[in-house]
Amino acid sequence: MAKIIVVTSGKGGVGKTTTSAAISSGLALRGHKTAVIDFDIGLRNLDIVMDCERRVVYDFVNVINGEANLRQALIKDKRCENLYILPASQTRDKDALSQEGVERVLKELDEEGFEFIICDSPAGIEHGAFMALYFADMAIVVANPEVSSVRDSDRILGILQSKSRRAENGGQVEERLLLTRYNPARVAKGEMLGVEDVEEILATKLLGVIPESESVLKASNQGVPVIHDADSNAGQAYGDAVSRLLGEEVDHRFLSVEQKGLLQRLFRRSA
Amino acid sequence: MSIFDYFRNNKKNSAAIAKERLQIIVAHERSQRNKPDYLPKMQQELLEVIRRYVEVDQDQVEVQLDQNGNCSVLELNITLPEAR
Ligand SMILES: Nc1ncnc2c1ncn2[C@@H]1O[C@H](COP(=O)(O)OP(=O)(O)OP(=O)(O)O)[C@@H](O)[C@H]1O
Ligand SMILES: [Mg+2]
Repeated sequence: MAKIIVVTSGKGGVGKTTTSAAISSGLALRGHKTAVIDFDIGLRNLDIVMDCERRVVYDFVNVINGEANLRQALIKDKRCENLYILPASQTRDKDALSQEGVERVLKELDEEGFEFIICDSPAGIEHGAFMALYFADMAIVVANPEVSSVRDSDRILGILQSKSRRAENGGQVEERLLLTRYNPARVAKGEMLGVEDVEEILATKLLGVIPESESVLKASNQGVPVIHDADSNAGQAYGDAVSRLLGEEVDHRFLSVEQKGLLQRLFRRSA
Repeated sequence: MSIFDYFRNNKKNSAAIAKERLQIIVAHERSQRNKPDYLPKMQQELLEVIRRYVEVDQDQVEVQLDQNGNCSVLELNITLPEAR
């Protein structure tokens, strides 16, 4: 069975699309056949972050409405052998995603042999966000270390625990917290919530901490998911998160300020 | 405590303040979650019954449903006006 993972947050702009692109690429790079679906109907963006915006012919809603079949709509990623992208449609009809339609597409992907289906949720707690999480086996709740984001994450956790299909059937969606845009220097100065604080407030198992990093903007500028940038700390942190998703035990990194020795600093300056 | 400590402490506080505020609001919002839909209507009807006997305002009645392990406790708090 394909594992369905929703990337969700409640609050907008916290890094869901960045995360969906990175995690789906990471899973594919490890050899897992992965599909990533953009649920942000009307505000398609996963395509441009993954550099396939000019190859979109059919989209998610076309497939749901029977105007195209799944194979026609899936876009094969340029960089990863096992990765396929299903773009959102740009229609302004937010209710274009029917529950039956979404279920049918997910079932078809499963039959096509996909191991992971990553659902990039829109912000908010409206229909689109609900459709993205309803069928999930696992939820990656993306939060920034900031009050409104953490509060909204808790609301999303509440929805996962009561409104998802698993919850309705008396089960549970596996919940994981991904803290992004983390700035260890500010945490050390007491200006930003620390990872332990957020974990404690949300009482959710930590999948990873992604540092605030310039490489993320560079990656989206170029349409190359940041996980391909093996030199960047954000890319490495996403790589660790993928390892944990696959059941490996990996220590958390980039949680504290880099301690540069004086010599190292001197060398770097003269280099 | 030097003046530098004072500024440092002030900074340290903003994350601590954030945490404290979040803990309070999140606990409150969790307690409001999964409440049965009939609660507001029940509250209204209870108020009507009470009003047949004493004059109380809407905000003088507080209905609270608490989950205590596997039993729920419905708490009704009515502030009666001072006897004249
Ligand atoms: N770790 C990070 N470091 C620096 N910038 C980041 C990081 N993660 C995300 N960003 C930036 O934050 C912005 C929002 O990211 P993204 O589009 O992934 O968020 P989103 O949650 O999908 O937003 P929306 O709710 O609108 O769908 C982007 O400009 C992105 O480059
Ligand atoms: Mg997005």
